[in-house]
Amino acid sequence: MSSETKQILTTDGIPLEVSLKKAERRNKIKAFLLVAPLLFFLIITYVFPIGDMLMRSVDDKMVTEMLPKTFKAMETWDGKELPEEEVFEAFYLDFRKLVDEKREGKLSTQLNYTKNGFKSIIKKLRRKSKSFEEGNYKEQIMAVHKRWADVEYWKAIKRRAPAFTGQKYLKGMDMYKNENGDIVSVEEDRRIHRILWLRTLEIAFFVTLFCFLMAYPIAHLLATLPMKYSNLLMICVLLPFWTSLLVRTASWMILLQQQGVVNDFFVGIGLVADDARPEMMYNKTGTYVAMTQILLPFMVLPLYSVMKTISPSLMRAGKSLGGTPIVAFWKVYFPLTIPGIGAGCLLCFILAIGYYITPALVGGASGTLISNQIAFHMKSTLDWSFASAMGLMLLSGVLVIYWIYNKIVGIDNIKLG
Amino acid sequence: MNKEFVKFDKVDKSYDGKTLVVKDLQLDIEEGEFVTMLGPSGSGKTTCLMMLAGFETPTHGEIYLNGKAISSIPPHKRGIGMVFQNYALFPHMTVYENLAFPLRVRKIPKDEADKKIDKALSMVSLQGFADRMPGQLSGGQQQRVAVARSLVFDPQLVLMDEPLGALDKNLRESMQYEIKHIHESIGVTVVYVTHDQSEALTMSNRIAVFNDGKVQQLSSPDELYEKPVNSFVAEFIGENNTFAGEVSDISGGKCKVKIANAEILANPISVKGKGEKTKISLRPERALINPSDKMDNIHSGKIEEVIYHGDHTRVRINLLGNNQFILKVPNSSANMDIKLGKDIKIGWNSDDARALDPK
Repeated sequence: MSSETKQILTTDGIPLEVSLKKAERRNKIKAFLLVAPLLFFLIITYVFPIGDMLMRSVDDKMVTEMLPKTFKAMETWDGKELPEEEVFEAFYLDFRKLVDEKREGKLSTQLNYTKNGFKSIIKKLRRKSKSFEEGNYKEQIMAVHKRWADVEYWKAIKRRAPAFTGQKYLKGMDMYKNENGDIVSVEEDRRIHRILWLRTLEIAFFVTLFCFLMAYPIAHLLATLPMKYSNLLMICVLLPFWTSLLVRTASWMILLQQQGVVNDFFVGIGLVADDARPEMMYNKTGTYVAMTQILLPFMVLPLYSVMKTISPSLMRAGKSLGGTPIVAFWKVYFPLTIPGIGAGCLLCFILAIGYYITPALVGGASGTLISNQIAFHMKSTLDWSFASAMGLMLLSGVLVIYWIYNKIVGIDNIKLG
Repeated sequence: MNKEFVKFDKVDKSYDGKTLVVKDLQLDIEEGEFVTMLGPSGSGKTTCLMMLAGFETPTHGEIYLNGKAISSIPPHKRGIGMVFQNYALFPHMTVYENLAFPLRVRKIPKDEADKKIDKALSMVSLQGFADRMPGQLSGGQQQRVAVARSLVFDPQLVLMDEPLGALDKNLRESMQYEIKHIHESIGVTVVYVTHDQSEALTMSNRIAVFNDGKVQQLSSPDELYEKPVNSFVAEFIGENNTFAGEVSDISGGKCKVKIANAEILANPISVKGKGEKTKISLRPERALINPSDKMDNIHSGKIEEVIYHGDHTRVRINLLGNNQFILKVPNSSANMDIKLGKDIKIGWNSDDARALDPK
């Protein structure tokens, strides 16, 4: 039997499905119009910038556009011996054009990123190329400087042929593509990014752990205390939210610095000598303390919202069935709070991994995170494509964590409030 | 059988140090008995249960279980099974794991535990449900799992805290019989808390009626209904017609009570002498229309309201100044002439009219 014969018709003879769609279309349009402003807003402020960031991080069109004829001529070059005359000719033509447009300086900067030594020979080439004769460009260019006769430099140019590159990502991992196209690590004493990634993960992990250890009892208290006390406690938990982040960080600076309140107290009770005050700021300790305090509410609230729904009779049931309070807690209460723990930890970890302002202020040299490095490249070196690449690496790291969490606990088993 | 299997000895309980929720409670429960604590909300019945389970401590006095004082024993060492109001099944465990919990903490070997679980599940006719999660069960099934879980470790005493409160009427009734049968078949002592009097009357050996932190009456269901000892019990259990008045004469196991404009012959329960204020309690089914002459109270009143109930008709009568006097008339052809506004003769025996405290 075909589906048409089974179709149910309304009294007017219109198929039921069509009629239903028609009846619901109005509501669907209304619903869409209601969410449209937000959708529009999200596309403009979120999807578009992230897409732009992605493009920027792999974009390498500059050199490609500057040397179009050269790269075309290089297509047939095997990259072992020096290229043929036609490549030199194409390069000369491209270069003349750049000199006319006064853009050869940019080319030298870009090529110098790929291989040191381009700057001076391009300058020299510009001077000499004015008096070049037609024909036999290979000889003439190679005569400008001995590096122009070195195949390694031509290989370096060819490496810049693709319009897209992953080298910023490699740089973010302290790696690069060498002359032979192999991916290798930079020398050990120049590996800063790996240290930062590891430190970021470490700090995010421990901050999440500390938050969890402190938030669990608080959330439990909040969920079990009588209303009048729990409201007060809730205000205490939320108080940091009502204070500016900068003010909170600054307060930690006042508290933790060497001449600060905490150190004064330690000296006062004789715990440490006045001339041996411990450094609790401008290092990891400062970052840990301040970030834990700042991220604590993000752990408390999901935990609280889950604990609130756990009936106190469950713990009682566990005890009345013979479980000691510890067994009842561990077998009954704790498993039921896992959705809250997952949500809180995920939230804290993701916030911590991209945290910027607090580590920048209290972290010092050993307490800064990858986000500070991103900011540095955004503001100081202006290497936006590198900053974008690291930003995306951070984003994908978060997505990986999300994915792992989904595999282990299940994302449907999460409760954000 | 141990007559004092559970013993509340002069137990007081206060939460705030100002008011007593339970006052000087004295209660003995026999081994194997089904005792219900019945009372309005806030009467202290659940507090008593929680003290027995160990989740609340008595402010004063002692509770004994099988002769042992248990106030200082934590709940998990008391070995008392408990069924909670909202079942309190562990939602992250299967039915099997829920039942295995009390056995596992007692370190009972797995094969023995499996046997006990099978037995408990078949007792509540839920074989084959072991692998379900509580969320996949209906309310009635969850309730049965909760009952099975409270019994699976063979406790001597099972407490039930309004276990049927969340079920619909039909299910509640069938569960009442089921719990009653389980109690009869395994002989465990049950202390049951409810505010539903019909539930209490159906299930219990004895009922303790709570009000205001005190046990008002502790007796079997029939005695509680037929012979309430005070006006609270009389009004709380079943339907009740009352007349407030003053004793004008008392002699030979009968008393005369003067109300608004007439005298009623009554059975003196808590009145001792002339001039005392009293409240007479009379069950609606003990007052008859068309009374025989042998009845020693015969009065006439006007029918104010007739409500048809299928098997019987409820008739509201204005009798002796009380216009809330209720009469239950069986639907038979003899009683067809009950009409609104008619005057009707009502009679009852003085034994059934109990002169209680005025309250």
